[in-house]
Amino acid sequence: MADRAEARDAPVVAPIGNKQASEAKMSDASANGGPVLAADGTPLKVSLRRAERRLRLRAFLLTAPLLGFILLTFIAPIGDMLFRSVENEIVADTLPRTVEALKDWDPASGQAPDEPVFRALYEDLKVAVAEKKHTQVGQRLNYEKSGISSVFRKTGRRIKRMDPDKPLKPQFVNADKDWGDVETWRVIKQFSPRFTDGYFLAALDMQRDAQGVHLRDEKDRIYLTLFWRTISLSAVITGMCLLLGYPVAWLLANLPARTSNLLMILVLLPFWTSLLVRTSAWKVLLQQQGVINDLLVGIGLIDDAHRLALINNQTGTIIAMTHILLPFMILPLYSVMKTVPPSYVRAAKSLGANDWTAFWRVYFPQTIPGIGAGAILCFILAIGYYITPELVGGTSGTFISNRIAYHISVSLNWGLAAALGSLLLILVLALYWAYDKIVGIDNVKLG
Amino acid sequence: MSKLPPYATPLQRGWHYAFRFICALIFLFLIIPILIIIPLSFNAQPFFTFTPEMLRFEASGYSLDHYRDFFTDSGWQNALRNSFSIAPMATLLSVAFGTLAAIGLSSGKMPFKGTIMAVLISPMIVPLIISAAGMYFFYSRIGLQGTYWGVVLAHAALGTPFVIITVTATLVGFDRSLVRAAANLGAGPVRTFFKVQMPLILPGVVSGALFAFITSFDEVVVVLFVGSAGQKTLPWQMFTGLREQISPTILAVATILVTLSVILLTVLELLRRRSERLRGITPS
Repeated sequence: MADRAEARDAPVVAPIGNKQASEAKMSDASANGGPVLAADGTPLKVSLRRAERRLRLRAFLLTAPLLGFILLTFIAPIGDMLFRSVENEIVADTLPRTVEALKDWDPASGQAPDEPVFRALYEDLKVAVAEKKHTQVGQRLNYEKSGISSVFRKTGRRIKRMDPDKPLKPQFVNADKDWGDVETWRVIKQFSPRFTDGYFLAALDMQRDAQGVHLRDEKDRIYLTLFWRTISLSAVITGMCLLLGYPVAWLLANLPARTSNLLMILVLLPFWTSLLVRTSAWKVLLQQQGVINDLLVGIGLIDDAHRLALINNQTGTIIAMTHILLPFMILPLYSVMKTVPPSYVRAAKSLGANDWTAFWRVYFPQTIPGIGAGAILCFILAIGYYITPELVGGTSGTFISNRIAYHISVSLNWGLAAALGSLLLILVLALYWAYDKIVGIDNVKLG
Repeated sequence: MSKLPPYATPLQRGWHYAFRFICALIFLFLIIPILIIIPLSFNAQPFFTFTPEMLRFEASGYSLDHYRDFFTDSGWQNALRNSFSIAPMATLLSVAFGTLAAIGLSSGKMPFKGTIMAVLISPMIVPLIISAAGMYFFYSRIGLQGTYWGVVLAHAALGTPFVIITVTATLVGFDRSLVRAAANLGAGPVRTFFKVQMPLILPGVVSGALFAFITSFDEVVVVLFVGSAGQKTLPWQMFTGLREQISPTILAVATILVTLSVILLTVLELLRRRSERLRGITPS
């Protein structure tokens, strides 16, 4: 029976007119016990399979343009970012002979390499200086050990005056004494492979030196601090959203439709208003000379000399982001609360529960799916936020995203930016996976 | 639930009103920041707070200076033009690709549906800063960074998930026998699509288009990285304005944008009602 229902869903098999004939034939054939045939004489199963294949192909062809488009414009960039977080071709490409010559050198020996390595370096640098690439290598290695950039720049200026017929090692050490330092060579050797975990180590505040991989000193751990701040501030913001969103969602779900639709506008309008409009509003409201401080001074709660610092710190970030993400908490909570039958709470009360017990033991557990959905959604959105922390967060209220942007456009350490981005992406995907388990991706609704 | 029963104790009565009061405060928190910029944008002084003249409702306290500034300043006008040349193009691409894909995805015969859906929705899930970083790296490799088409393609990619979600939602209520009926009456697939399917799923397509438009129109992170000075959009101009020196013209722009979102919200609500009517669901 199921097969026949499927066949009826497949309009390509045969026009409807023939279909009735085929169905008639089918029952005949079933009665005779032979294979069921379609109108054109092929067995029905074959014909059906062919039709289904054609339908699948059609569905796929409809989706293919977008799939190709997204792969090119979105997935490839993400892939490029992941690739850049481990890519390290510049050293091997610019200093190929040096890298080759350094293979036999062991940094544990405590001695700078010998003449052949310096000869290779001389050959490499001559080419690199002509192509003006030596500063790029210097800058790349400078991320790992500060000071190398100037070593390369200084040597680049001196390379033309070096005499290849005399021993080169003293001439290099003369150009910059760091060439005689084991540490310089250890860094070059360490970052000569084409792929590196150096950016990820840096993004996790770890470093690798002669003793192996270990965490940096407490005071130098900027990225772990930032990750921790991003996660904890996001958690605080999510908590605030839940605290403010739960009563409002309950009210909206329990008021008569007319009133609640009207009040819903108050939730949807902020949801639809440009992010920058809302951020500028908070910037205006929270300033030292802004409306809120003026109001507090006006009613005498604080005096003029002690205006509150509400912006350019964590308070600013928390207030503005709670406001921005609140609708994302209210809407899922509302849609879950709408489905909770009010008779359950009435039943609980008639069985002797007081208001609190009826709420906490009967109503609240039924809204947990909504809490889960709203909280994960808010949290995912919060940890990736860039604009609002950048504008109202000052230095203490910025997130990891701000650091990524800084490395892309200011410090130009793209590898580190890519590594930080990859870590953030992993975090978000893990959360999203949890969201999918709790809510299901198909339940994403808009408006 | 929402009405107070006559036998309520004073405590319950008190809690009932206290609860309403708390909710009112939360609603104020939601709406005040948006409403307060409207009167402030008419401030005659370049301040971000109410001047004594404004509080006394004197005409001299109010002016249209900031609006005049917005409509005459070449920086703002350029930004406005850029926004209106990028967003429609990005919307067009999102809607064309997204609608086709949504029809394919909801035909029920899609192989690897879950995986493909996850890939297609991913631009909505990945934080913008990560998309922006990736696009910056990749687009500068292929020469799209800092070009009009680079920004359009990036925004189109960000807008498609919204089109897919809204169109798929409309297709759930779409009666497939109508397509078969059209085919039975002799219409080809293209004709069936435009004459039968499209008019019925149009509300979903239009609201998807609105989502895609507003995504592009409001977007700032990706354009900051993928665009160059020639693609400076309105949100970008606002962002630089807010970061460097905040000028009251921003409040005028913000007010205009709020008006725009009110219009958008109204259109979406009307579309939702129409869609429900077409699908035979009476609006609650």
